[in-house]
Amino acid sequence: MSEAASARAQILAGIRAALKRGPLGEAASAPLAARLAQHPRNLIPARAASLDHAGRVDLFVGMAEEVQTTVDRVADPKDVPAAVAEYLTGQNLPAELVMAPDPALDAYPWADRPMLRIRRDRAQDADAVSVTPAFAAIAETGTLMLTSDPTRPTTLNLLPDTHIVVLRADQVVGPYEEAWTRLRTAYPNGDWPRTINFITGPSRTGDIEQRIQLGAHGPRRLHIVLVGAAAAPSAA
Amino acid sequence: MQPTSHAFKANARQALDDGVLRRALDNMRGGFPAKRLAAVNRLPEFEALRDAGKTIKDHVLENLDFYLEAFERNVVARGGVVHWCRTAQEARDTILGICRTVDAKTVTKGKSMVAEEIALNDYLEANGVEPIETDLGEYIIQLRHEPPSHIIAPAIHLLKEHVETAFRAAHTQLDPNRPLSEPRQLTDEARAILRAKFQSADVGITGANFLIAETGSTVIVTNEGNGDLTQTLPKIHIVLASLEKIVPTLEDASTILRLLARSATGQEFSTYTTFSTGPRRPGDLDGPGEFHVVLLDNGRTAMLGTEFQDMLRCIRCSACMNHCPVYGAVGGHAYGWVYPGPMGSVLTPGLLGVAEAGHLPNASTFCGKCESVCPMKIPLPKMMRHWREREFEAKLSPSAFRSGLKLWAFFAKRPALYRAATGLATRLLGGLGRGAGRFRSLPLAGGWTSVRDLPAPEGRSFQSLWAAQRATRRPHATTLSPVSRAAQ
Repeated sequence: MSEAASARAQILAGIRAALKRGPLGEAASAPLAARLAQHPRNLIPARAASLDHAGRVDLFVGMAEEVQTTVDRVADPKDVPAAVAEYLTGQNLPAELVMAPDPALDAYPWADRPMLRIRRDRAQDADAVSVTPAFAAIAETGTLMLTSDPTRPTTLNLLPDTHIVVLRADQVVGPYEEAWTRLRTAYPNGDWPRTINFITGPSRTGDIEQRIQLGAHGPRRLHIVLVGAAAAPSAA
Repeated sequence: MQPTSHAFKANARQALDDGVLRRALDNMRGGFPAKRLAAVNRLPEFEALRDAGKTIKDHVLENLDFYLEAFERNVVARGGVVHWCRTAQEARDTILGICRTVDAKTVTKGKSMVAEEIALNDYLEANGVEPIETDLGEYIIQLRHEPPSHIIAPAIHLLKEHVETAFRAAHTQLDPNRPLSEPRQLTDEARAILRAKFQSADVGITGANFLIAETGSTVIVTNEGNGDLTQTLPKIHIVLASLEKIVPTLEDASTILRLLARSATGQEFSTYTTFSTGPRRPGDLDGPGEFHVVLLDNGRTAMLGTEFQDMLRCIRCSACMNHCPVYGAVGGHAYGWVYPGPMGSVLTPGLLGVAEAGHLPNASTFCGKCESVCPMKIPLPKMMRHWREREFEAKLSPSAFRSGLKLWAFFAKRPALYRAATGLATRLLGGLGRGAGRFRSLPLAGGWTSVRDLPAPEGRSFQSLWAAQRATRRPHATTLSPVSRAAQ
């Protein structure tokens, strides 16, 4: 037996000896395999689970804003490029960005804003602004769920100082469990994306005297253009 | 790192005299506990989630072999490799071996307490590979050549002036007159310096908060995003994780994630929670070309099936140390190894042996706060008592303590004698101390009176008061009054 194989065998044997049993037989392992296959949900907090879709969208926005994410609601998809351009102007940022080469983003009329210089690629260090789609958003904690594939490189979520996410309102779910269900539906053969980023606000650190600073290593600004949501209900 | 847990008493005494450490620890005590409480109060299901989390982990530990094998199968199915390592040395050699396949010059690292446990940095350095810590706190202490003092805030013992000094000494290529007194400036400087390191590293090493059996994924939770850059930019991603980090499914991980950030920093959710599964897929524009999981035992399976098994539920949130009066007074370095505070007082003797770390489970007031805030409901005080018993059985405790305990046992087994002796002592001390109401020094009690006064007894022992009260009450009135209950 090779050194590595014997390490594996010895660790497993040690576990079984400590648990005072041998390897699990068919009868004992079948329910465990079933638990993995069925992945039952555990207790889910009522906070998001109890809301209708409009309520979840509102909760998502509220929770996201608590952690310094900014959100711009846009009713009509054709207004997305303008929303991005105006955000950049408002932040005094150059009208130059790197965008995920995801065909889903072609749904927006970027040519309407010819002043926006757009490259479709992964991000490099020099990129100041990125635009990506999202896979889902979790209302419970204001969390974005971004998945990697050839059209959605992970570096776009991390390297630029400003990360803009174009999120459709129908992508907002209540708790994390609903996002997992959507992911399993999208990847029925279990061939997961290499990277799933759950992102809740811009990068931060409290490592120096517990004083929070944004933009530790990842983006300093996280901005969401939320497409197709009804306007927020008035405070009354 | 070389443990100094055996020197806890000297370490603690030194820490108590350190005024700068006092100021730094005050920052923590004012921060984490209040934030945690606010987050917990905001989630009505928090208590029920603690039970759910405990149930998941208990289930995993009873079936650990099954879930580890399932995890391995799924890592391999996605193109990754699992390396099983019994000891720290096996893990270090495995990691160095992987680094050598690409002739690595530098590796970037996300914060990993398991990497501290196996002293990975020293080993890589000695073998010609430069490790670069990328978590801001870890980077600071790496520059200062010292170990972390807290498992989630490694530089919590430092003030910003320390960081400025370390940066000026290390970043000599920058303008010596640059302003660097504010956390913002320090953070920006570290960001700029480390960006270049991320790009040039050949290998990225992260820890893992969870391993998912169902999918073969590893999970890291960070706020800075350094762990994500560490695993996305280099050619190889190595995950170093101890084997009890495993959970069955994504749903199980989600349940425990609801507990983790709230218990740690009081956040609803950490900024970055990242699930990594295998190497980059064909056509992906970024991500590592290889994915290795180094699965470390290093003494964990020896705790299974013992009175210390519950400790393997720990998710390293740090709530126990954030709330601990002893940690709050002496800080993390006094504990002499990687894991400080109550969880360290239980885990360190388990991993290093009670001969090295026997002081740690004694460094407790048994106030019980740690257990009450532990998201996984680990009975930390009970397990510290178990270690004390083992220490006593192994005859490792000091002889004065042992003979004192024997003397007490002699009286305790003879109630009449015990009552007579304690009654006499109480009357005597009560009489002597009547004037001041306290003693500033007392023979045989120097360990107490050298740092604080001993209140003088009021002249009667608890037992005699109790007997007197019982005599004057009706027979059924046996509930304790609040005063005597407090004295129990």
